[in-house]
Amino acid sequence: MENTRQTSANPRIDLKYRRKKNAEEMRYQIISFALMIFLTLIAFGAVYYEGFSHWFVVPFIMLLAAIQVVFQLFYFMHMSHKGHETPALFLFSGLTVALITILTFLTITWI
Amino acid sequence: MQAEEKFTEMTWPASPEKATLEAKNKFLGFWFFLGGETVLFGSLFATYLALKDKVPDSSHPLAKDLFEMPLTFLATMFLLVSSLTSVYAMYHMKNYSFQRMQAWLLITVFLGACFLGLEVYEFRNYVHEGHTFTSSAFGSAFYALVGFHGGHVAFGLLWILSLMLRNAGRGLNLYNAPKFYVASLYWHFIDVVWVFIFTVVYLMGMVG
Amino acid sequence: MSTIAQKKGFGATVWDYLTTVDHKKIAILYLMAGGIFFLAGGLEALFIRIQLAVPNNDFVSAGLYNQILTMHGTTMIFLAAMPLIFAFMNAAVPLQIGARDVAFPFVNALGFWLFFFGGIFLNCSWFLGGAPDAGWTSYASLTLNAKSHGVDFYILGLQISGIGTLIGGINFLVTIVNMRAPGMTYMRMPLFTWSSFVTSALILFAFPALTVGLFLLMFDRMFGGNFFDVSAGGNTIIWEHLFWIFGHPEVYILILPAFGLFSEIFATFSRKRLFGYSSMVFATVLIGFLGFMVWAHHMFTVGMGPIANAIFAVATMAIAVPTGIKIFNWLFTMWGGSIKFTTPMHYAVAFIPSFVAGGVTGIMNAVAAADYQYHDSYFVVAHFHYVIVGGVVLALLAGTHYYWPKMFGTMLSEVLGKITFWLFLIGFHLTFFIQHFLGLMGMPRRVFTYLPNQGWDTGNMVSSIGAFFMGIAVIIMLINVVVTQVKGVKVGNDPWGDGRSLEWSIPSPPPFYNFKQLPLVRGLDPFWIEKMEGKKGMTPAEPLGDIHMPNASFLPVTISFGLFVAAFGILFHVDDKPWALPVMIIGLGITLVSMLIRSVKDDHGFHIHKEDLENEDKGVKA
Repeated sequence: MENTRQTSANPRIDLKYRRKKNAEEMRYQIISFALMIFLTLIAFGAVYYEGFSHWFVVPFIMLLAAIQVVFQLFYFMHMSHKGHETPALFLFSGLTVALITILTFLTITWI
Repeated sequence: MQAEEKFTEMTWPASPEKATLEAKNKFLGFWFFLGGETVLFGSLFATYLALKDKVPDSSHPLAKDLFEMPLTFLATMFLLVSSLTSVYAMYHMKNYSFQRMQAWLLITVFLGACFLGLEVYEFRNYVHEGHTFTSSAFGSAFYALVGFHGGHVAFGLLWILSLMLRNAGRGLNLYNAPKFYVASLYWHFIDVVWVFIFTVVYLMGMVG
Repeated sequence: MSTIAQKKGFGATVWDYLTTVDHKKIAILYLMAGGIFFLAGGLEALFIRIQLAVPNNDFVSAGLYNQILTMHGTTMIFLAAMPLIFAFMNAAVPLQIGARDVAFPFVNALGFWLFFFGGIFLNCSWFLGGAPDAGWTSYASLTLNAKSHGVDFYILGLQISGIGTLIGGINFLVTIVNMRAPGMTYMRMPLFTWSSFVTSALILFAFPALTVGLFLLMFDRMFGGNFFDVSAGGNTIIWEHLFWIFGHPEVYILILPAFGLFSEIFATFSRKRLFGYSSMVFATVLIGFLGFMVWAHHMFTVGMGPIANAIFAVATMAIAVPTGIKIFNWLFTMWGGSIKFTTPMHYAVAFIPSFVAGGVTGIMNAVAAADYQYHDSYFVVAHFHYVIVGGVVLALLAGTHYYWPKMFGTMLSEVLGKITFWLFLIGFHLTFFIQHFLGLMGMPRRVFTYLPNQGWDTGNMVSSIGAFFMGIAVIIMLINVVVTQVKGVKVGNDPWGDGRSLEWSIPSPPPFYNFKQLPLVRGLDPFWIEKMEGKKGMTPAEPLGDIHMPNASFLPVTISFGLFVAAFGILFHVDDKPWALPVMIIGLGITLVSMLIRSVKDDHGFHIHKEDLENEDKGVKA
């Protein structure tokens, strides 16, 4: 149960490397944030425009939401990092159950 | 176990959120919890979609009469930006700069509080228009879904605030770093749920 | 800390159990609490059978009958079967994977106390205006207008105990993923651990649906919501779906650990490796997956339409495939083995035909068109008692005998055990076999009495006699427990002599740190491998060192107690009682303050020092 420290022979170089890696990752985070804002703007814009048909807008904004959530999960919540296989399995299993529930409630509840 | 040990920037591990067994357990257990939360919100979304615009009589307002774009857009921006600021907080946590982490967390909490304030204001407007929790099945389902999310935001605020206060005097160590990390995961999850709420409830409600 | 064997006073023992975070003690708590609720549920079953023994009986009134019936189902599923499953999971899983404790010992204790106070709250209804009376499924169309507070007790009690179950499930998932001993790969885990893993995953995904369903019903009944109220646009089918999206996986939550227990028992007493281990694992996971795809077969007659009915019928029948794989694997495990007919093995062998009978009627019910005939008749009652009593209860009784020595360090009497077994098995078939025919002859379920001369009289009498056989069997089992504990003959590490997995390589009961040194696992059935090579115990995977253990805590009790108090406030708030709101606030306050103390106070646990462990060793030898 002891801590495993990944320290190379020269901790100063190690620290520098880690700082650089963290900063690099932060850059990706900002890019994905910019994309998320962009997607949100498109979604609101598509609804605001009112020129599109209902049948186009609804699937379109759902798709944008799905893409945005992928950004959240994989970049903000680090699911793209290794060591996230089990969390991913359980999150997507939960998502499957949730989607089946939603499908059911949209089809076979006498509505 | 060196959970209480004092660290320097040099000795701080690369992944403090997973450095001890307790931390690994907490990390994994919280992800599993989020898997369960997905089903919880899925059920609430399903209920909302089944009961959307189901009202007792035609005088009751429907989704397209109620929702306003500017308010929703502002709330969305608050929450999305707060997600980014909590990413910044975790960036500084990994770099072992406690003060900066605290500062970013404070901004996160502030944005979250703004979001909550907007939500309360919005609910008050709806109540004036006759759309209440007890007025219709639509109302019940709407407030259940959005209110559950709002409750999660409120709990997250209290959680992050109490973490900040508790650890203000002692800085980062391997005992509290996983706690901060898990709280930020929770905050992102709330944002994920909101992305679907603004799409499914508000935008789809406006489309009709 | 090295004086665990020391005698303690009664008060100290009680305090010890109230504050324990040790999975072995929590297992005992689950076993006792679950056992008491099992007796309560059994008593209710006997009342049902007394009432139905003869036509036009007036042993209980119609209203009271509904309460007894509802409480029988609810108690048996939520307060007896689930906690007893958790008892064995707590007792065995950490030992089977070679762990010193579970991943979240505090959460484990909290899970127990939430279940316990939820169960107590539910049963308080008997004394406060009547128990719930809308069936264990509590369909919204019935409950919305139920006059008494019974249904409110159901809603709040299950909500509290449901949270306990959910966090217990997360705890076991993390324990199994993170805490396995060196060499214990996924495909070397004993089958009981595997089934506990899949069951925990099912709990994680099924219980949120129940949580939401109960919340909606609570809002409707107590806070003016309109989810199910058709006149305000609501939809009562929503409850049925939410309930069964939880309820069907719940059935698999119960049966999978039962399969796991029997897999251990078959392998142990056939003295043979479990046949088709990897296909058993595959079948367990597949059953877990399919368990989420079939819930609507409980709702065939609701009017979902032919397409939905067809899909759910086919999905339901598909479950027979992995279940069949398991049945054949158990048979092949016994085939060619040198079988020892101990009490647990009796249960295991009897389980196969009993459960298959329940499975076959399950397939009959799955045929949607035919189900219109079976629906709401005693045929369905017979079916689910064959799978739950013939599967789960037999497994729990078998598990009690099998794991008793590991949990308490004494061996239950084999003679009394076999008497219990035969009485129970005969009683079980006597009670439920004939109910198939009562159902086919048209006897509806949930009726409190019936008229004579419809051809149901003899059948019901036979059924009631069978129930008493089961009652006597349980009493003999209790006598067995008392006699065994009074005698108190201690047993060694491997009392059955044929233990295969890690739990049999350490003392019974194990020391509170379980493993002095974590064992090195070299294959499936690790202890058996070492024994076959002539070794006495496991090869350690680490040198003797300090062991880190969690601190005991009283907070799980206070957190759960707070919710218990708050639930009374919420419940009586509907009656405009002036004290209801303060009670609710006080209760929630107790819970929140306890949670705050938990999060503000650092809990680093403590260490058992290497020297103490060495001294203990010498003490034993001297």
